[in-house]
Amino acid sequence: MAGLANSLGAGAASNSFNQIKDADVLFIFGSNTTEGHPIVSLHVHKAIKNGAKIIVADPRKIELTKYANPWLNLKPGSNIALLNGLIHIILKEGLQNNEFIKNRTEGFDELKETIKNYTPELVEKLTGVSKDKLEKAAHIYASAKNAMILYGLGITEHQTGTENAMAIANLALSCGHIGRPSTGIMALRGQNNVQGASDMGPAPTVYTGYQYVSKPEIREKFETTWHVKLPTAPGLKSVEMFDKAIEGKLKGIFIMGADTGQTDPNLNHIWKAFESIDFMVACDIFHTHTTRFADVILPGASFAEKDGTFTNGERRIQRVRKAIAPIAGMAEWQIISELCTRMGYPLKYNHPSEIMEEIAKLTPNYAGITYERIEEEGIQWPCTTKDHPGTTTLYQEQFNRPGGKALFISLEHKGSGEVPDNEYPYVLITGRRREHYNNGSMTRRVKEIMEISPEELLELHPADADKLEIKNGDIVKVTSRRGKIHVKTKVTNRSQAGNVFLAFHFDTTVTNILTSAYRDSIAGTPEYKSCAVRIDKL
Amino acid sequence: MQHSTITLKINGKEISCQKGMTLLQVCRDAGIYIPTLCHDDRLEPYGACRLCIVEVKGQRRPLSSCTTPAEEGMEVITESDNLIRLRKSVLELLLSNHPNDCMLCDKTGACTLQELAYRYGARYGKYMGEMWSLPKKEDNPFISYDPNKCVLCGRCVNICQNLVMKGTIDMTGRGFHSKPDTAFGKELNPEICLFCGQCVSACPVGALTEKQAMGKGRALGAKRIKTTCSYCGTGCNFYLNVRDNKIVNVTSDYDAPVNKGNLCIKGRFGYEFIQHPDRIKTPLIRKHGVTDTSPDVMSDPQRAFREATWDEALDLVAKRFTELKEKYGADSLGGFSSSRCTNEENYLLAKWVRVALGTNNVDNCARV
Repeated sequence: MAGLANSLGAGAASNSFNQIKDADVLFIFGSNTTEGHPIVSLHVHKAIKNGAKIIVADPRKIELTKYANPWLNLKPGSNIALLNGLIHIILKEGLQNNEFIKNRTEGFDELKETIKNYTPELVEKLTGVSKDKLEKAAHIYASAKNAMILYGLGITEHQTGTENAMAIANLALSCGHIGRPSTGIMALRGQNNVQGASDMGPAPTVYTGYQYVSKPEIREKFETTWHVKLPTAPGLKSVEMFDKAIEGKLKGIFIMGADTGQTDPNLNHIWKAFESIDFMVACDIFHTHTTRFADVILPGASFAEKDGTFTNGERRIQRVRKAIAPIAGMAEWQIISELCTRMGYPLKYNHPSEIMEEIAKLTPNYAGITYERIEEEGIQWPCTTKDHPGTTTLYQEQFNRPGGKALFISLEHKGSGEVPDNEYPYVLITGRRREHYNNGSMTRRVKEIMEISPEELLELHPADADKLEIKNGDIVKVTSRRGKIHVKTKVTNRSQAGNVFLAFHFDTTVTNILTSAYRDSIAGTPEYKSCAVRIDKL
Repeated sequence: MQHSTITLKINGKEISCQKGMTLLQVCRDAGIYIPTLCHDDRLEPYGACRLCIVEVKGQRRPLSSCTTPAEEGMEVITESDNLIRLRKSVLELLLSNHPNDCMLCDKTGACTLQELAYRYGARYGKYMGEMWSLPKKEDNPFISYDPNKCVLCGRCVNICQNLVMKGTIDMTGRGFHSKPDTAFGKELNPEICLFCGQCVSACPVGALTEKQAMGKGRALGAKRIKTTCSYCGTGCNFYLNVRDNKIVNVTSDYDAPVNKGNLCIKGRFGYEFIQHPDRIKTPLIRKHGVTDTSPDVMSDPQRAFREATWDEALDLVAKRFTELKEKYGADSLGGFSSSRCTNEENYLLAKWVRVALGTNNVDNCARV
């Protein structure tokens, strides 16, 4: 989310899901919405019924390509080139929104310089998308009254993830498609509380609400409320913590509700880090590829066993309610309070609502949130006072940057960290399937789901299958520079020739042994969406 | 969408509303009861069941309120002897081809047909005629279909075609033999069906039911807890229905701001993990001297771990972190938070790392 924060001021979706149906153009970029976010796709369906035009940018022939005209079937890792190419056409044909650019943005002249080189001819070469399709997409997006962009992890899970998001912002800003209902940029969040976890400040350089640790007045505010002197040095990002563990410099770690050992990339590296740590605590509801390395396992509580809040992908803070007692006796908020108390810093909360009171006191965007107010319906942040109604559309008046203007950021095409070669000739794209969820520890324990989706399958294009003499259902060996796995194949034209696809939901087919070590240099997000592999028939 | 306000008279009372609203919407907003079977707020009005009829002054025949736009100066009656008689007849006709099976039906207590029959005093046996005797379809893991209980309201077909846009089912056959079904009666499988269960959520009677919830008790008497889904980041709300501290099933919250009662396969059917026998039920401490970290530990944790009390485990964690901090410094420690946990828990984890461990080495899984 660092990308949108740099360009616009807030690392969050700018608009609301209910506005999707009223957009007249939807640009769906790197999001397999019908599988990854099925209910968001119902809003897309309503827009289609209302006559909206759909543009899809995705290397895979996802279900929504059925309604897309055009479908921009770009090569993995060519997002920036594609977006620069679209802006090039928009500027060349004078379709940009000059008034918006003049009044509400800065950095446009620099952008113009960079964009000059991205002619349709060059972009066709870099992305594999034909000139005609590029021109059509640019026209449709730029000429719309209200155009909305929906993007998913196909944007962020690249070594240029942050830059990709900024390139998306450049496109929206150039046409002024932001700051009004049914426009803007919806970053679709993969997990239930990605937005909230980011907002709450378990992050190395910020406290809650993205308030910087480095600012003395902010730190003092937290010190006063927490009654303790706080550390000033910036902390390590998760990926850096694991690197330090291998160097022998990180000695103890507490991992709560994350199966890093299955869902991080380049798993042999992660497992080595786990082995190197002196004392590792894992808190989870099931045994996973992470808990197996732990020194102590603390049982977690599922969402049904606790009170609390989640913040969704449109910044809406909603209640989670306890339906049954915690199966192992405690929920995580109680576990952490106990632990903190036992380390000499007493934390006593009778109910999570008291924790929210403290969050509201410290966090301007959450200042107006109380459990009473969100009892019936959640509120979208910013909600700055107890009578603030919440915010459905960001940036209507100004952007959250110094001076109130959005920033165009000039970006160059870089491509993926690892590209196919003779030895590893295929691009592996990873993602999700509708029936399963992340490490699969939950959905694999729903027996009906396992009946219809019992195992991982490698999607392979028929032309590649012919070349490799592989039949549908054959077991193959997939090898990358980092490891190998065996998996059954599904021959389908959903993946384009040269690209193969795997999800990561099975603990027996551990896809992330293969994925690459390249990371976004700003946010640290790994490049899950593209690495080079070899496929061998067994 | 026009936003001009109009005024009309309903049951003798003046009511103002937005132009463009249907009579049914106006009445429901005003708290005036109108019965419906085929209406679903998630779908365009369909006008099939004829139960929502109202009398409009100047119109010779009653009009279906779900398809009639409210107009300035309209005078509407929602309940009269004539309307009651007509509604009762519709219900009695439906009952003439409906199994007299409420005693054993899972839907009892949550069935719209049963509720309306009660309200209008409609009984079985008023009209006698041919009755369906069709086989139940149990060809998939999620949805049970008893066509004999179908009232042909069309909601399942409508939601599958117009909202989910999958078109798995349609009205098949003609006349007396028409019923919702897949093309050629083909079994529901992942090739043709998403198993989102939207059809089940739209069915007002016991024709489409969830297999997972069967025999776990009817809706009546279950505790309904409104909550937020824990899968993706859309933020759908639904009800967890609980009986005897067991989760019976998930049902739609039609007022939910984001999903309006819609759910996907995971949200609607993916709850069995909660009370699965594999759940970790006590704290576990690695056995002294055991270094086994192989994948086998996942299925057989006793190879490497022994059970412990909360007190023992928490004391050990506190002690070890304190020791490491003293020996190697606060920055040799770190905490990893979770997009799966609540805001409050993420806040507390960050607070614990900063105040007790004394480092900013804290991160969450949002970046991966």
